[in-house]
Amino acid sequence: MCTTCGCGGGEPKLDGQPHSHEHGVPLRPGRRRVSLEQNLLAKNDALAAGNRRAFAELGILALNLVSSPGSGKTTLLEQTILRLKGRVPVAVIEGDQQTSQDADRIRAAGAPAVQINTGKGCHLDAHMVGHALESLAPAEGSVLMIENVGNLVCPAAFDLGEAHKVVILSVTEGEDKPLKYPDMFAAADLMLLNKVDLLPYLRFDVDRCLGFARRVNPGIQILQVSAQTGEGMEGWLTWIEAGRKKAWAARAAVNA
Amino acid sequence: MHELALMEGMVQGIQEEALRQGFTRVHQVRLEVGRLAGVEVEALRFAFGPATDGTVLEGALLEILELPGRGLCQACGEDVVVEARFDLCPRCGEGFVALTSGTEMRVKDLDVD
Repeated sequence: MCTTCGCGGGEPKLDGQPHSHEHGVPLRPGRRRVSLEQNLLAKNDALAAGNRRAFAELGILALNLVSSPGSGKTTLLEQTILRLKGRVPVAVIEGDQQTSQDADRIRAAGAPAVQINTGKGCHLDAHMVGHALESLAPAEGSVLMIENVGNLVCPAAFDLGEAHKVVILSVTEGEDKPLKYPDMFAAADLMLLNKVDLLPYLRFDVDRCLGFARRVNPGIQILQVSAQTGEGMEGWLTWIEAGRKKAWAARAAVNA
Repeated sequence: MHELALMEGMVQGIQEEALRQGFTRVHQVRLEVGRLAGVEVEALRFAFGPATDGTVLEGALLEILELPGRGLCQACGEDVVVEARFDLCPRCGEGFVALTSGTEMRVKDLDVD
């Protein structure tokens, strides 16, 4: 492969001639230039808009949960489902490269779940979520939690049709993660600082961490929680219920 | 490494455009990629070959025009160039910079027949 222009394997030829690896070549006679101005994410964004429409019609609150591997996303989800039982119907889409262990855990906690295995893929996209919705069929007025692949980079770019991205950061990680992965923290509306029950055993400066998060995203909401002990969980549940009410109220307008 | 996914999405979009506009071969693609778009230009180049094999883009030249990060300082009001998304204004050192460009990633145009 030409490492300068990335043109495919072998030695591609233009009009039978080996192509020069000069860039910015002028338009040759017989060819035309098509102006596109098409975003590289246009395809994904169109599918995400379709998902968003479907959520709006059913009054579903869809949340895209993103974090590094090991932040405690799945435990947080299990605890959220258990605590919302009888209050709010929850359905879950689980994204992982391999295994269905997370979906099994979610089902055991009492919520319907579909597992997407992305194989080599490092993020969920709107197309995968669209297909998962066909088999999951979340109920009207429910909360759909989409647990993205553990990765603070790639999922930031791919809209799934969610109402909010929720970024989970645990106190066992570096407090400067918001600065190191600013795109994700800028894309999120809510940050959950998880595992706060471990703070007495760690050198983790909470104020510094929250300051970094607000620097990359002045409007970000922040809740401190421990899925393990339940500390702060009520605030998170209240946030979910408020969002769900809003989605349900908006549904009437969409279907009018 | 979502660059391969981005390239695959681009190829799909261009294949659809080929049907709409009636071209069968793309000789050159020009992309505009902002320095703050969060994508690696080298990884895009690397993914271009595998993503275009067997499509109207097979063998096409890829040209990537990199756009600098620019914005207006919210404190001094100057139009400035920034290296990172959340850098403070390099001129006055105080204000946040509201970006006006640098996060683009789009196909600008194609040479086709």
